[in-house]
Amino acid sequence: MADNGQLKANLVLASRFENIEVAERVLLDLCRRAGLGGDDDYWLVTALREALANAIRHGNGQDPTRHVRVAYVVENSTVTITVEDQGEGFDPKDIPDPTDPENLLRPNGRGIFYMRQFMNRVDFGPAPDGGTAVRMVRDLAHTDTDP
Amino acid sequence: MKSSIRDLGDIRVIELSGKITIGAGDVKLRELISQAVEDGKNSIVLDLGGVTAIDSSGIGEMVACYTTVTKRGGQLKLMHLSPKITDILQVTQLITVFDVFDDEREALGSF
Repeated sequence: MADNGQLKANLVLASRFENIEVAERVLLDLCRRAGLGGDDDYWLVTALREALANAIRHGNGQDPTRHVRVAYVVENSTVTITVEDQGEGFDPKDIPDPTDPENLLRPNGRGIFYMRQFMNRVDFGPAPDGGTAVRMVRDLAHTDTDP
Repeated sequence: MKSSIRDLGDIRVIELSGKITIGAGDVKLRELISQAVEDGKNSIVLDLGGVTAIDSSGIGEMVACYTTVTKRGGQLKLMHLSPKITDILQVTQLITVFDVFDDEREALGSF
């Protein structure tokens, strides 16, 4: 939906991994309509997929009766994505640094790190439904490196 | 994710294409490595040339496979990484863990 130069979309998804593909297609469609492209799409999709995987697996415990809400706003060169789950919440400070040598061979714990790498800003807070809300912003005008 | 397997002597080359992501490609990758180990193939090259996307679950599975194979005295090496997958491995320092090759002959000769 276009609103005063903004492109917006909102999704409510059941907590199933296959729904990540739906959310990805919506993001790519918004980027296309906004004239954004190139490598930016790739890193935006990668961050979105990590946020959704966390919400579905860790937030909602893969319970398909629990929902994940996704809100997208594309305005000028800034893309903002908010993902909310209905879980118990968590403190991102509890996630160890995956680049610490003692954690390099851990099979998990890299999702939030990737989100922070590929977006300019990532903030966690409480969601209205009591779970976690993660708000991610990528300003394409000030992203001059790859990723 | 799609895969094809080639055995070159004692070395198994597993060509992957598509997405290695949560709930699909990550599980398939685990099964492919388990099968290789069961078949007695502990020298493995993962050809990622056709991989379009990988997420933290796919990366995590690759790390778990590396650990599994290494613990059995084998080696798991990577080949044909795209620039984006190279970036994804670099930011988490995993590029220092894996042996990475652009050329198949070099990869096969490294075992």
